[in-house]
Amino acid sequence: MRHWIEKQRYIIDFTISSLLRRKVKNFGLLALYTLIVFILASTMFFTYSIKKEASLILKGTPEIIVQKIVAGRHDLLPVSYIDIIKKIRGVAAVESRLWGYYYDGLVSANYTLLTPPGNGSSADHSKSSAKTTVVESESGGQQQADKSKPLFELGGAVLEPGTIIIGNGIARLRDIGKDDYMPFRAFDGNVLNFRIAGTLSSQSELVSSDLILITGEDFKKLFGIDNNYVTDVTVAVNNPSEIDMVASKIRKVLPEARPISRVEILRTYDSIFNWRGGMMIVIFSAAVLAFVIFAWDKASGLSAGERREIGILKAVGWETSDVIQMKFWEGAVISLTAFFTGVILAYVHVFFTGSIVFGPALKGWSNLYPNFELTPFVNLEQLTTLFFLTVVPYTVATIVPIWRAATIDPDSAMRFTGE
Amino acid sequence: MGLRGFIRIAIMRNSSLFFIYITSGVVLLSLLLVHAFFSESARQPVLEEKAMLVKMLKLTDLCLFTEARYTRHLSQADLNTAFQDHPMSLEHFPSGSFTQPPESIRKFP
Amino acid sequence: MIELMNVKKVFNAGNPSEFSALNSVNLFIEENQVTVLKGPSGSGKTTLLSIVGCMSRPTAGRVKLKGREITSLPERFLTDIRRKTFGFIFQQPNLIKGISVLDNVMLPAYPLGEKRSHLKVKAMKGLSQLNIGNKAASKVEWLSGGEAQRASIVRALINDPHIIIADEPTAHLDTKLSYRFMEIIEKFKAEGKTVIITSHDPLVYESSMVDRVVNLRDGQIEN
Repeated sequence: MRHWIEKQRYIIDFTISSLLRRKVKNFGLLALYTLIVFILASTMFFTYSIKKEASLILKGTPEIIVQKIVAGRHDLLPVSYIDIIKKIRGVAAVESRLWGYYYDGLVSANYTLLTPPGNGSSADHSKSSAKTTVVESESGGQQQADKSKPLFELGGAVLEPGTIIIGNGIARLRDIGKDDYMPFRAFDGNVLNFRIAGTLSSQSELVSSDLILITGEDFKKLFGIDNNYVTDVTVAVNNPSEIDMVASKIRKVLPEARPISRVEILRTYDSIFNWRGGMMIVIFSAAVLAFVIFAWDKASGLSAGERREIGILKAVGWETSDVIQMKFWEGAVISLTAFFTGVILAYVHVFFTGSIVFGPALKGWSNLYPNFELTPFVNLEQLTTLFFLTVVPYTVATIVPIWRAATIDPDSAMRFTGE
Repeated sequence: MGLRGFIRIAIMRNSSLFFIYITSGVVLLSLLLVHAFFSESARQPVLEEKAMLVKMLKLTDLCLFTEARYTRHLSQADLNTAFQDHPMSLEHFPSGSFTQPPESIRKFP
Repeated sequence: MIELMNVKKVFNAGNPSEFSALNSVNLFIEENQVTVLKGPSGSGKTTLLSIVGCMSRPTAGRVKLKGREITSLPERFLTDIRRKTFGFIFQQPNLIKGISVLDNVMLPAYPLGEKRSHLKVKAMKGLSQLNIGNKAASKVEWLSGGEAQRASIVRALINDPHIIIADEPTAHLDTKLSYRFMEIIEKFKAEGKTVIITSHDPLVYESSMVDRVVNLRDGQIEN
């Protein structure tokens, strides 16, 4: 056993010396391979973490959301639907939502405008974190959500008519903050100026980066929405196990309605980040494959110098199996180094630098890139799969084509004349 | 004689250097995994803050891709809009590089 | 010591380029002697040498080493015997470029997994005995012809072989270096080793320390 270990060490010594002889080429190879592993691992870490976080954060989404569909598009929902839905058995509460998009030409960014839900927020005060407390006060007692003018407060910022609370991503992008003014172009061409009452925390950017909280009145003024319409409604049910049943009842009663249940939302986020899908993985798996093919090709087309070397080794007493082991280590040294370097860099990249390399890809056409720190969730299964996918094929591809050359008999090797 | 050659003979074998590198790689990776494990509990309050915002504002989606409405609100996208074409929404670059279309349209009812 | 019985060697059997390198060779090599295989090019010297040194197998006939038949041993065993028994000195030094002299010299011992400190001591001793100890860490490209030849000799000796085999060792050496080489051979003999050399250099086969000269022509031994 001792001998075997020592023998492997010798072989690795020789292999590394061999690799170092063509430094530029082999370092280039190593760098490229490390890059591929880096991208693959980064994508893996990124998508898995977001998936995990989504499943945890989005647990509190509304149980059912009802949209109205007109000509295949999400259209405004008439307020009269609310009463209809309320009458369905099993429905505990129905609340309207006002939200929409605004494109800011100045910075080429899309914002999501949202009116905070009126009275009856089910925020759990007792579990609030030290950073933000929610206080809701109403003026004029209990009112229907669509007619209320509640004062909304978040972390000390009070949302009154004429003010907005913006997400941290917007604050960053436009370099504005509390008490600055932000102009908006309304539906009729007028410019509305809103004072910024506060910004949402940077830690919550994953859900709030592009949000603008605005009062219901201002929302309707900005977008020209009639008082009889809302964007959609959220439905709370008495019994969580009856969600699907209630949803189907809603569909029956309102044929143009499209209910979306919480389960569907969670499932969406669970599956969309499945890393096996996605172009990144497709492209880079193709890159790995190309790499392996290249390694195979390189190994099967030995140069005269390499053949000569194997001949010398055979002539001085190396067996075929020794030569094969040497080739194995040649492949393993490069792929192992690439794997560890790539994965470690990927971890640092995703969890310590917020995936800066992916920035452009994630930003897309919009300039608003949420600056979030992902919680490191790592899937060991994925890591081991990646290990086997990167190390094994490359190592095998280096060995198998060598077989022929390694079996050269020493006699032929001995007959070499000249360098 | 070559400085490198001298150093190599005098100090360490190639294979030792390689083993050291791989071992430190394993150690470092393990440390990072431990970091991941502990971060989960350390970041609980932040996660809770986000969860609370979701509940309070009745949010439905993560703010990841703000370029279009069907990428910003993946769960709310109409049945007929883009991002619903299969397979794998590859043509919706760059969002498609990271995500698949929502489950609701990948499985037929 | 080494016995060849009716050994034939045919290359490229079945092809148009088939040719018979050795025809019915019967040879007995004595222990602790210097034997020279002499003959013109194409006489089959190198082929004979390689069969004697367990580097290839005869097409027909038998080979015995120290009374033990080795003709049909599996490759692994044959390689093992070859590693431990024979040391080869080639026409060209055939050192591996890009690594140091020391590494080159230790190369044949790698598969045996001997402890590196021991091996290094052996190697350094061998190198200094042939006066190239100071070149141990140099790259082989920087050696002169004679130094390279000496390095390859040290390499041949690293596993303490009993039998030294040299194929045209003086082909690329000048007179002075050739004499030096024969002195080294004399030392081997004094140490009890057996030496087999192929050569058509009179300096070698007419040397006083040669015990026997075998003449080869057209794949057969002339008497």
